[in-house]
Amino acid sequence: MNYLLVIILLPLFGFLINAFIGKKLPKTISGIIGSGTILVSFVLSSVFFLGFLNGTQQKIDVDVYDWIAFGDFKITFGLLLDQLSVMWLMVITGVGFLIHVYSMGYMHEDEKFHNFFSYLNLFIFFMLLLVLGNNFLVTFIGWEGVGLCSYLLIGFWFKNQDYNNAAKKAFVMNRIGDLGFLIGMFLLLYNFHSLHFGTIQTALGTIQVSHATIVAITMLLFVGAMGKSAQLPLYTWLPDAMAGPTPVSALIHAATMVTAGIYMIARAHFLYLLAPETMQFIAVIGAATALFAATIGVFQNDIKKVLAYSTVSQLGLMFMALGIGAFTSGVFHVVTHAFFKACLFLGSGSVIHALHGEQDIRKMGGLRKWMPITFITFLLSSLAISGIFPFAGFFSKDEILAAAYEHNKVLWAVASFASFLTAFYMFRLVFLTFTGDFRGTEEQKHHLHESPSVITFPLIVLALLAVVGGFMGLPEVFHAKHFLKEFLNPVFAQATQAGGEMGAHETNSSIEIMLMSIASILAVVAIAIAYVMYVSRKRIPAKDGEQYGIGKIIYNKYYVDEIYNALVVKPILVLSELAHDVLDRTFVDGIVNWSGKFSLMAGAQVRKIQNGSIGFYLLFMVVSIVAIFAFVFLKN
Amino acid sequence: MLLLLTLFLPLVFALLTYLSGNRFAKYIALLGGLVVFTCCSFLKLALVHNNLAPLVFVHDWISNPHISFALNIDGLSLTLVALTAFLVPLIIFTTFRKEIENAKAFYSLVMLMEFGLLGVFMASDGFLFYIFWELALIPIYFIALLWGENKDAAFRHRAIFKFFVYTLAGSLFMLLAFIYVYQIAGSFSASTLYSLNLTDKEQSVLFWAFFLAFAIKIPVFPFHTWQPDTYKESPSAGTMLLAGIMLKMGLYALLRWLLPVVPHGVMLWTPVVMVLAVIGVIYGSVIAIKQDDLKKLLAYSSFAHVGLITAGIFTLTHEGFQGAVVQMFAHGFNVVGLFFAAEIIFQRTGTLSISQLGGIRTVAPKFATCFMIVVLASVALPTTNAFIGEFLLLYGLYEYNTWLSVIAGLTIILGAVYMLRMYQNVMLGETNSLTANFEDLNWKELTVFVFLIIGIFEIGLVPSQFMNMVQPSLDLILNYSLR
Repeated sequence: MNYLLVIILLPLFGFLINAFIGKKLPKTISGIIGSGTILVSFVLSSVFFLGFLNGTQQKIDVDVYDWIAFGDFKITFGLLLDQLSVMWLMVITGVGFLIHVYSMGYMHEDEKFHNFFSYLNLFIFFMLLLVLGNNFLVTFIGWEGVGLCSYLLIGFWFKNQDYNNAAKKAFVMNRIGDLGFLIGMFLLLYNFHSLHFGTIQTALGTIQVSHATIVAITMLLFVGAMGKSAQLPLYTWLPDAMAGPTPVSALIHAATMVTAGIYMIARAHFLYLLAPETMQFIAVIGAATALFAATIGVFQNDIKKVLAYSTVSQLGLMFMALGIGAFTSGVFHVVTHAFFKACLFLGSGSVIHALHGEQDIRKMGGLRKWMPITFITFLLSSLAISGIFPFAGFFSKDEILAAAYEHNKVLWAVASFASFLTAFYMFRLVFLTFTGDFRGTEEQKHHLHESPSVITFPLIVLALLAVVGGFMGLPEVFHAKHFLKEFLNPVFAQATQAGGEMGAHETNSSIEIMLMSIASILAVVAIAIAYVMYVSRKRIPAKDGEQYGIGKIIYNKYYVDEIYNALVVKPILVLSELAHDVLDRTFVDGIVNWSGKFSLMAGAQVRKIQNGSIGFYLLFMVVSIVAIFAFVFLKN
Repeated sequence: MLLLLTLFLPLVFALLTYLSGNRFAKYIALLGGLVVFTCCSFLKLALVHNNLAPLVFVHDWISNPHISFALNIDGLSLTLVALTAFLVPLIIFTTFRKEIENAKAFYSLVMLMEFGLLGVFMASDGFLFYIFWELALIPIYFIALLWGENKDAAFRHRAIFKFFVYTLAGSLFMLLAFIYVYQIAGSFSASTLYSLNLTDKEQSVLFWAFFLAFAIKIPVFPFHTWQPDTYKESPSAGTMLLAGIMLKMGLYALLRWLLPVVPHGVMLWTPVVMVLAVIGVIYGSVIAIKQDDLKKLLAYSSFAHVGLITAGIFTLTHEGFQGAVVQMFAHGFNVVGLFFAAEIIFQRTGTLSISQLGGIRTVAPKFATCFMIVVLASVALPTTNAFIGEFLLLYGLYEYNTWLSVIAGLTIILGAVYMLRMYQNVMLGETNSLTANFEDLNWKELTVFVFLIIGIFEIGLVPSQFMNMVQPSLDLILNYSLR
């Protein structure tokens, strides 16, 4: 447990150093402190990981102290480390470390360098808390904490109000989800008198809770996941979040934070298994998001926006996996996705860096010549995300597709089509960016260069992982050991027993080979189409304002932002003004002022009675005394 | 004895402050505040030593009508006393940079106000409570009226006068209610009033007599219209006293003098109060979104927060009660921090209009960080004080009624909307002519923020000790309230 605390507290320590004295430190020291703390956390995490691997490490579930406690009410601050959290631990600290290193190069010119590292470390701290909490509320600390860091980092260049708007939008949309999470926790607390994962899991057998309640709980928690993991309809913040520096997009908005929703549902899988309705709902939302975002990705021209929609789409795929009970496959895809998507974002950052901030792929082209390492790593990751054998994405995506096929053919078809689009827009991106002729200015061309090794090193490592990462989950037809499934088995044992876990091994092997072939052919065809369009025919996407028809609608992201603005934002703003000007100032306050005036008027009338005439006073006194006597007399 | 000492020291220091003259007044007042705070720490030790059993002081004061000078310190009272004793010196310290006209009068009024506030939170005799309740109003009336900074003096006078008359009118109903129950009980003491057997009809009427007085002070929708203008027109120290401490008088009074005295009346009218309180939460939050005046925005935000506290109290649950007390305490810290930030901005730029500001973060990073932390606390980010409060309040509300909890829960979304919108427009973006030379915090201002921030995280991270101290007194009140 002590080492576990060290893993969590080191990033916090790094945050404090950079926050308080970072300004006085040289940038290199600042960066080394930021990255070093994460590296140590990663090494310690690896020790735990290896321990779990060879069976020497037991599950840790400890309460550190009583956090909110009075009378019978008690919520502890506690930590939990098992196979599921250690997987995330490895990704957070491992990929996190690489991105820290990358940032040392990428942010080198920035005057708020130390701020950046302090926020990154704070993010890692909260993210670790999120996956290591042993109850929902500790996870919720991390959950909202990473939201805060996301807010701070999206709006890192705070002089630009557009970026600040994006940051605020991310925070508020996440808060919408968080309300769901919060109410979900209330239901849990009310019914189970605990928020501790283990206690709730055990209590499910003994405490009678209605099915409707379980469905409500799982749905509410999923609302939280929708916000954090950018699912329909709460996804619009993620593309906007690309306003943040590119390492942030890689770390927070691709590899780690946005997978928190998947973690949380995998963590609470014992509840979800009891609520097939919710599972069905998650699968549908996931598939719909996967397809919807993929279509938008096809029409985007901003290199980061394409990747952002791709992330939304891939997250949808993961949720679909959870929804059909393939928890391991969902987690598998989280891990492989972290590798290749982080690599892609960092690669795009390398490109943007070389082009001095240019993000429009229509103004790129031919960069392969100048940036060979960036090109190759980007290409490998694109192959991985497109699901080309034997890259990482092939295995994880294949598992999900196979499970979907088993579960529901429509889901499989939707997911397959989304994957087809993914392969297409990824290679559209690759070809437009790296092949053909350079379409930027001469000035930019003159300065083109490969990024320094502090940037290319993380790219190479991540690309390697994107190539081999899939081998941790070889399919059954290959007659190999599915490492990840065995590793996570203790966590998802219940799911496997319930028959909910429909991994590849339960599928008929000939069907599975067929599915793999279909997926591979689709991907290859998509790449081929992209090749024909953008390499052979050298097509360049239309200029802004020259799109038409369906292309224009999709280019404008189906106008979802505009619709939200018109339906939610504007009415609230109008309501706010009306409530203040009309209701509050005129009506409610009007009544108050009116009663004040009324008393003044009454006072003026009463004053007339006091006219100084003794006779009148006497008369009034006598009448009053008589009245009082009469009252007392009659009462008795 | 310690009780008497704690209570009367502010009065003594009010006098000393006045006598010390304009030059030294602020130092004497600050010293007074710190001495009272030290006494308060001893009170806490004494209470813990007493195994959390209440510390009492009773002196028969007037025999007919029977009014005793009775003071009582239990966990609940101590919480509010501690909040007062902590915030008053801090608020005094916030004014150190400013030249204040007629300083001796100003600071002695602040000390007088502390006397009144402590009396309210310590009195266990209804009539004594009433006296202190009214006494606390007088200094703040003059502070707001005479030291307000808005140039439109006529408007200020109107606003402050309205506040005075409004709250005074409310209090009259409370006085009537006290007199009525005295007729039956023959005593004003809390313990006697807690064990009265009033008919349901009496309780129903008495409920409103008490509730009106408290509701105007808190304020509960729709009795809040005095608040925005008063907050805006008062000098910042006055606003901090009002929002940080004074409105807790009303919330405290609900727990101490309403729920246990007329439990059946409470039972009868709870649904109405709940609806009003939750309307207030949403209403205040929605209005805050479009406010351009920083102080008015904070006023509406504060109004929304206390609505939730009121709702929590009326849930009559352990969680609602605890949440209410934690949130009263937390709100005191956060609102003082926010109004202090507003004061700093006003001193340096001469405006509170949000749309005219911007870019301050570029030139004043320390201020930006402190302000951000206070903003985050007020939107109840986990690990801050208000999260504990809001979590328990909303959970208590959930136990009372799911839908009310969901509706009131919207405050976590709306709160983020108006607070981040405000922060963005005031602090982020490019600087303009007003903010380009914004001076960062000096050590005095930083000290104030550091104290507040320590408090924010202490309650957010380790609230249990605090909660356990309050628990016995809340249990008692809950038992009487459910009789």
